[in-house]
Amino acid sequence: MLRIALLMLFRDRAKYVMLVVGLTFCALLMTQQASVFCGLMLWTTATVRNIGAKVWVFDAKVEQVNEVIPLREIEVTRVRSIPGVEWAVPLYLGIEQARLGDGSFQNVQLTGLDTATFVGRPMEITKGRIEDLRLPDAVIIDQVGVDKFRKKGIKIDIGTTFEINDKRAQVVALCHDNRSFLAQPYVFTTYDRALQYAKPQRKMLSCVLVEPRPGVSAQELADRISTVPGLHAFSRDDLFWTTIWWYIKNTGIPISFGTVVIMGVIVGIAIAGQTFYLFILDNLRYLAALKAMGARMPILAAMVFLQSFSVGFVGFGFGVGFTTIFGYRVLKLEQPPFFMPWQVPVFVALIIMLICCFSAAVGLRQIAKLEPAVVFK
Amino acid sequence: MSDPIPAPESPVAVRVEKVVKTFPNGDTPTYALRDVSFAALAGQLTMIVGPSGCGKTTLLSVICGTLAIDSGRIEVFGHDLGTMRDAEITAFRSRNVGFIFQQFNLIPTLTLVENASIPLILQGCPHRKAEEKAAAVLTELGLGTRIRSFPKQLSGGQQQRVAIARALVHDPRLIICDEPTASLDAKTGHHALELLRQKALRPDRCVIVVTHDSRIFSFADSIAEMEDGRVIKSCPAPEYRHA
Repeated sequence: MLRIALLMLFRDRAKYVMLVVGLTFCALLMTQQASVFCGLMLWTTATVRNIGAKVWVFDAKVEQVNEVIPLREIEVTRVRSIPGVEWAVPLYLGIEQARLGDGSFQNVQLTGLDTATFVGRPMEITKGRIEDLRLPDAVIIDQVGVDKFRKKGIKIDIGTTFEINDKRAQVVALCHDNRSFLAQPYVFTTYDRALQYAKPQRKMLSCVLVEPRPGVSAQELADRISTVPGLHAFSRDDLFWTTIWWYIKNTGIPISFGTVVIMGVIVGIAIAGQTFYLFILDNLRYLAALKAMGARMPILAAMVFLQSFSVGFVGFGFGVGFTTIFGYRVLKLEQPPFFMPWQVPVFVALIIMLICCFSAAVGLRQIAKLEPAVVFK
Repeated sequence: MSDPIPAPESPVAVRVEKVVKTFPNGDTPTYALRDVSFAALAGQLTMIVGPSGCGKTTLLSVICGTLAIDSGRIEVFGHDLGTMRDAEITAFRSRNVGFIFQQFNLIPTLTLVENASIPLILQGCPHRKAEEKAAAVLTELGLGTRIRSFPKQLSGGQQQRVAIARALVHDPRLIICDEPTASLDAKTGHHALELLRQKALRPDRCVIVVTHDSRIFSFADSIAEMEDGRVIKSCPAPEYRHA
């Protein structure tokens, strides 16, 4: 009878298409919005992923990576003295103003790397050499910067000069890394030079990057460092999730995306539920005939659930497929943010299943109430 | 597939004894069947006739077990429906009863062969085998060239033949027809009854037709006349016509 159920569904083209379109739209809305949300959250952790150190040490009051409170330089030495630390290097992070040749400005995320080791170096140097960062006024700029300057009519290449806080900077290499939440270009230089570019403050060290000794886990070391007064250390994973949770708790982003996802669920229930209910109502006299002919309720329930889930499966496939195409296109353009972890389609599949269950249950209620004798009326 | 029914000791296929059926209607129930007793013999086409609202369809419903009775006893080929649970009655119906509905109730999105094969599929017969058998019955009923058509592409008479094929395909012992000519013109209705007699009647099978169409009374072997929830006359058809 399951084959019969599918034939009844597929051949009622108008309703089938309506059901699939409704669930496709619902799945598309939920998957796309959830993926953009995940992408946006991922952008907030760009610094963590770009630098990639195993343990990060900040001021004790720091809550996430994009809001640093400067430390004293001496903290690097204090951290190095803690048992389990293999090495520790300083890092400067700050938003500075770059002035271009034509006088226009662009905020940049200035990252000062340890001069000796370049720990936290860009993920991929696309042009030039990292070693050239030791040359006078040398900086490395990422692709976001290249694109932003290009839009302003300035071509950035090796040898291009601009100013950061009125001090000369010369591009010695181009790199590719993860885009930041505010989409500001990353400009890498040495730690010492970064301090020269930055506006002077009493404390200038943003954080200390630490490598644990072999046999010491990052979390274990982070916990140990956090016992030092005035310091708070995070393992990379901890900092990644702490940053994301900070944005979830302290911004309206989840509410706005969550609202759209809920709207997707409502649209799905409204369209799919209503259309499926109408489909059942249209077929009620035939289902009653089947009941009279000896179809038991479990068989009819299986038929209805199969119909509902097959529509859900197709709608889910189309929805996720269209989102994937959308993601493929926007990832090339690098905006809007887009990241679809496996949890997103699984979550959407569960929601679609719930919608299908709801739709089928509403239809089944009608069938359960149906007396087979009504076929004689 | 279908459990064989033991051969009946008497030719009585359906026995209805003192059956009462009421429907709730506010504080006072409405009597649809009042102490109805009636028998239909195997090998015969029995018609239940009477004016609208006299209880014909209710009697048909309780005979095939789609409606529970308040009191009395119904026996179909020796099986007392009152002693069977709902699931057993459903299974019994699936194996032993063929239905021809007034509106045919052919599923519009299924082809003729798919429609006709449903009773076999309900009994667990594989699709291919069920469709082969359904196609054979449809061919026998003159629809061999239309088995892949859809019901809406057929005339009323042709749809009636598909309904007959669906009722016969699983070889049931009891055929229930509810107003089989109500949706047909006189000539087509006449032809449908001819076909029904020709294809459905067998010595071990009982056909019960509910109708108020007096033009087809001539096809009956016996007739039970109802009025106001009672069987007021039950006799062989010639005797009824003569009276």
